[in-house]
This record gives sequence, structure tokens and C-alpha cells, in this order.
Amino acid sequence: MAPKNYLDFEKPIIQLYEKIEELKELSNADNLDMTSDIENLKNKAEKLKQKIYENLEPIQVVKLSRHPERPITSDYIANVFEDFVELHGDRVFADDHAMIGGFAKFEGKPVMIIGQQRGKTTKEKIYRNFAMPQPEGYRKALRLMRLAEKFDIPIVTLIDTQGAYPGLGSEERGVAEAIAMNLREMMGITVPIISIVIGEGGSGGALGIAIGNTVAMLNYSIYSVISPEGCAAILWRDAGMAPTAAHNLGIVSAKLKELGIVDAIIEEPLEGAHTNHKKVFTKFRSFLKKELTKYEKYSDEKLLEQRYNRFRALGKIKEA
Amino acid sequence: MSILDWFAKKNSESTVKASKLDIPGNLWIKCISCGDVLYSKDFEQNQKVCPKCSHHFRLTSKERLDITVDKGSFKEINQDLEPFDSLNFCDIKPYKERIVAAKKKTGMNDAIITGEAKINGSKVAIAIMDFGYMGGSMGSVVGEKITRLIELATKKGLPAIIMSSSGGARMQEGMNSLMQMAKTSAALYRHKTKKLLFISVMLDPTTGGTTASFAMLGDLNITEPKALIGFAGPRVIEQTIKQKLPKNFQRSEYLQEHGMIDHIVTRHEMKNFIGNIVEMTNFYKLEKK
Repeated sequence: MAPKNYLDFEKPIIQLYEKIEELKELSNADNLDMTSDIENLKNKAEKLKQKIYENLEPIQVVKLSRHPERPITSDYIANVFEDFVELHGDRVFADDHAMIGGFAKFEGKPVMIIGQQRGKTTKEKIYRNFAMPQPEGYRKALRLMRLAEKFDIPIVTLIDTQGAYPGLGSEERGVAEAIAMNLREMMGITVPIISIVIGEGGSGGALGIAIGNTVAMLNYSIYSVISPEGCAAILWRDAGMAPTAAHNLGIVSAKLKELGIVDAIIEEPLEGAHTNHKKVFTKFRSFLKKELTKYEKYSDEKLLEQRYNRFRALGKIKEA
Repeated sequence: MSILDWFAKKNSESTVKASKLDIPGNLWIKCISCGDVLYSKDFEQNQKVCPKCSHHFRLTSKERLDITVDKGSFKEINQDLEPFDSLNFCDIKPYKERIVAAKKKTGMNDAIITGEAKINGSKVAIAIMDFGYMGGSMGSVVGEKITRLIELATKKGLPAIIMSSSGGARMQEGMNSLMQMAKTSAALYRHKTKKLLFISVMLDPTTGGTTASFAMLGDLNITEPKALIGFAGPRVIEQTIKQKLPKNFQRSEYLQEHGMIDHIVTRHEMKNFIGNIVEMTNFYKLEKK
């Protein structure tokens, strides 16, 4: 069956599947035996699929990372965690709907979960400001992290945003200051922080909650200093160069693992997380369990030291 | 050609002529703010501030250093660090060529100088960014030099002064440049826990990842008049919200009104302002010793 939300590069596969359907109908109607033809086509489709997905261009991964059916923060909260209690507001100005967080249980133990929240329907997307937080989102996140720290509760952050919101009020209320403050203060939080990029990791708006002891990403998620479209518009003065920009920026999981920007990659089904949520949640669960267990034995000092050293090591320079 | 085209052509020709003064040797400079014509020697002596409208022109890091620290007190560190093109990045020009061109243009290895110096007799660790080098963008070298400087300040118990002018993270280094935001902020966390002073001076322009990391983390965030300071660029914001932005938006005065800036300091007062704050915050520390 052809999925309804397929991506442009999936078209050849979809066409093959359509052909298979046609053959099936034909054989039913005319009572012909086309089993071997159908089998052939099925094999061909499988091989094509394998080939396409093993050679994805970075811009194609960008599309997968933004797929409308890809699991979002609230899906993880509902399916991997139990007893979620949402906590609202930054205690200063507002509750940012683009960033959600609260207590939950993971494998029977409490955690603090925080993440940018996309919407699914148009109405939800607008309500969530398309997962682009304003300063309040970052301040709420830090407030919740400090709350967790007070009770030795580990923190899980899920990253899925194209970036912090570039708006008038956002600037006036200091979105840069809010992100900067998180970068600094997260360095001092004495509980484990596990940060996982589940979709789009867009620039400073992503980094603002991603100062983890472990930083991981889902295989088809992206993490980038600037969106490929933004980069193309600035450096090439042509947003149409986004595929080239995506290629240059090095934003896919394998490259980022190689550079040491992320520590681990969580596997996805070959055709992307949206094709099998359940499988993704299982992988996610076992990864998170392993990481949280690892840090259980760390002292406060060791946690801070490890987190500092992790980020301290990043960057490539030439030194005479 | 319609008559309107003719007028338009005439107009553009005349503006080109007016903005170029055909005098040899750069003896005269035209103020980009008020249009006044200034004798360059006077202009240099006035620290590149227009005597008529007090527009603060941008300075190179070297010029900034000269008017900020005590004469002969600066000891540069980590000057040998050079950028590395780990992504083989190529937009309309390869990053490698941009590095060579930027070095040729500025004589610098990257967009920042760092070192120890004295300001009005007080020891400080100081970093000064240079907008002339690839828009003062923060790549691995800038991040590493700032981090090493702050670590040195933490170890020696010195106040840190960072004077930023930067377009943000350097795209050509991809995620390595974004990570410099985390790295520099991490170093400031340790500096802060030692109860040491950090003054962030945000100069025209300071935007993007630079603002959203160390530059906004000063115990004091100060700036010069009318400097552009923000996260997103004004054009991006206008396109997003589809409204005209208020006058002075993202300028020093606007930020001070919105509570983001401690003080707007003129260029002539900057050295003494910093010196005074360093002295005051050192007062009881020195007494305890």
C-alpha cells in the first residue's frame, strides 16, 4: 500500500507498489496467475528501497526529519513514559506552548522531561508556534531543570525545533539571553542530563536545551548550525541552493557522530520513524535506560566534570 | 527609454558621484551617519567617533585594544591558533580561500585577539573580536581562544573582559561552530563559581550565536551608543512577523529600555568605565587578602 504522505525521492518506490496493486487487481479480475510477476516486482521494490535509503542525500534526510507523521515530543511522553504531569510557565511572563515539560516516570522511576513541541494539525501547529520557543520556553526549561536537580531527578530533553522564534517580542524579552543562560547554567546542574534530537535540531534554539552528559540523535534527525535554507540564502544568496548547503553543513547523524558532536545514534526503521512509531519507541526506551543506568553511579562532581569535558573537547583547529 | 527611466538613471548616476570624494590619499572621510566631511587625522584622533553627530564607527581589534588597555601592558596568548576546514566547505568560494583572504585583509589568524593586560593598573584577561575577519564569526578558533582565556582567568583569579562584534556562528564550520557557544558558556560557568567578574562589551554589531552565548552572560552587559545587538537579524524578523519593526529596534538604547543592557558607554569613557568597575569589584577581595 502506498502511504499518503510520501516524499519526492520515494516516488520510484511508490510507482512500483502501484504497479503491484494493478497486477493484483488484474489477476483477480481476469483470473490469471501473476504470482511470479508480482513477486519479482516486490523484490525489485525492496531492492530499490534499500538502495534509495542507504544513499540518502542530506536534503532528503532533512525532509524525513520534518515528516508530518514523525513522532513528536508528546508521542514519546505518551508512549515511553508514564504518569506525565505537565508543569507550565516561566514564573516571569508566560507559558510557552512551543516548549513542554514536567515530571514523568520512566521504567518506574521519576524523570524530568522537557522538549520542544510541534503540533500535528494546523490548529495545533499554530498553538505550538511551530515548535519555535520564545525566551519563556528556555526560562521554563531551566526552571524545571532546577526543580529536578533539587530532588536528584534525572533530566531528559527532546530536541525538535527549526530554531528559537525570530519575533519582535522574542527579541525584546531577550531570547539570546535566555538561551545563553541555559548554556551556562546547565553546566552546573548536578543530575544526569540526556539530550536526544528526535527531529530537527535547529541552531541555538536547539542547543538551548541540549547540554547533556549524553547527546544522541535519531538516525534521520538533523542537527545544524543554521537551516540549509537559511544558509543557502545567506552564502549563496539563493534559497534554492539548500540541497548543496545541506550537503556542506554536515548535518546528518553519521557525520555528527564522526565529528563527536553526538555520542550515539538511535536507529530508525529503514523508511523513517514515521513508518513504525512502535519500533522507534522500543529503541528509544532501551537507549535511555542504558544511559540513565550508566550515570546512576556518578557523583555530582563527576557528572559536572564529564559534561564540561564533553563540550570542552569540541571544535577543530590548527595549532602551530 | 521612457522619461521615467531617464530620470531614474540620472538619479543613480548622481548618487554614485556624491558618495565618492575624489581626493587622493584618503585625507577626508565622509560620516556614514550625518554625511559630514571629516579630516581623517581629526577623525582618527577622536577614536573614530564623528565629532559632529558622535556616530561610533567600527574599529579593528588592534585599534580597540590600543584605546582600552594600559600602554605596553598587553601580552597576547594563543595567537598561533588557525582555522581548520574540517568540512571541506564550499559555498560560492571554498572556505580555505576565505581563510587566506581574511588573513590577507586583516593580518590576523582569526577573528579575535586574546591576552592578559592592565586597565588603569588592574590586571584583566581580555578578548577583542574583529568584525573585519569574516564578519567576526565564531568558529572553532574563536571559541577555543575565548575558552582558554576564561580558563586562564579562572585559574589566576582575573576579571574577564570580552569585547564582541560578530555576526554569530561561522556557518563554514558547521556544528563545530555551534558547539563553541556551549564551550565558551561552560567556561564562564566555572569562572562565575569562583566569584570572578565578567564584563561583556557588545559592540556594533553583535548578533546570532555570539549574543546567544558568552556575550549576554556578563555580570555587566555594556555597549556603545547605537550598536546593533540581537539574536535574529532584522530582515529575518520582518519576514517572519510581516510587520515593520520599530525605530531603533535592536539598537543599544532599545535594549537598555528593555532591560538587557546595564549601561551605554561612549567610546571615550569606555576604558575608565571598565577600570572603575574592575576596581570596585576588586575592593573587598583585595582587602580580604
